[in-house]
Amino acid sequence: MELVVNGKQHQFEGGTSLASLLQQLAVTEGRFAVEVNGEIVPKSQHQDYVLRDNDAVEIVRAIGGG
Amino acid sequence: MQDQALRIAGVDYRSRLIIGSGKYKSFEENLAALEASGAEMITVAIRRVNLGQNADEPNLLDVISPNSYTILPNTAGCYTAEDAVRTCRLARELLDGHKLVKLEVLGDQKTLYPNVTETVVAAEQLVADGFDVMVYTSDDPLIAKRLEEIGCVAVMPLGAPIGSGLGIRNPYNIRLILENASVPIIVDAGVGTASDASIAMELGCHGVLMNTAIAEAKQPVLMASAMKKAVESGREAFLAGRMPRRLYASASSPLDGTINN
Repeated sequence: MELVVNGKQHQFEGGTSLASLLQQLAVTEGRFAVEVNGEIVPKSQHQDYVLRDNDAVEIVRAIGGG
Repeated sequence: MQDQALRIAGVDYRSRLIIGSGKYKSFEENLAALEASGAEMITVAIRRVNLGQNADEPNLLDVISPNSYTILPNTAGCYTAEDAVRTCRLARELLDGHKLVKLEVLGDQKTLYPNVTETVVAAEQLVADGFDVMVYTSDDPLIAKRLEEIGCVAVMPLGAPIGSGLGIRNPYNIRLILENASVPIIVDAGVGTASDASIAMELGCHGVLMNTAIAEAKQPVLMASAMKKAVESGREAFLAGRMPRRLYASASSPLDGTINN
């Protein structure tokens, strides 16, 4: 399916769950947070959350800032 | 004299200095500065993960642990209330339900002055959503009061533009804000060197937040130590109550008993 991940088009064929997308992107370690179509998807729901074509996924972390 | 702690959202802090985590050469230098500053709270930014490259690069929060310090996620880079609110929700998810955030909605890239109307809208939404909001704002006393009334847990007027190091440019406005405040007032932005931090504290501010003044010093760890002392000495001077200013001299030694009488 076609997704928009962090603002870029992303072809995803590895399954349909959010957890499988994160696995494919190698975003599994440390602290991060995910939003799909503007709504937070809590970590506890990553495994069960089903992605759909054209979903906009944002994956963020903490970096240095003032 | 035992000073009261700085209480923000029900938590007591012994240090009245809050530092940032931007512009440091390394996470290690940032941590060393944090330790030297004595600060218990540190700001972080929320940004997109770099996908496809450095997926396992070191993470700031692995070096500066949320277990040891209060992490204050900011909304830096947001120019609308909507983006700021989304960023805070992402931060809350990232930090396991942590509610304390630094709200800043910017209005202009050149000055990084706050967009106060969008800031008010975002503050209302965040307070309604259960966040504890420390809000960056201009030094306008009416807006500062309004943000307090909305329910922000601390109001943080700028001393000068972000990263400018120009010091406390309008101490009279900071005094007006302090006079009306019943939440902590923390000068956020503008401090350039230790005396600027002391001036903010001598005015009666409850704390100071700074990033660039430490991170861009030639020796950041040494400057962090200087800022710790400056905030403490400014606080003590405020509590001590300064002498009045006089136009003419007032002799310190008694005039009686001088040998020429």
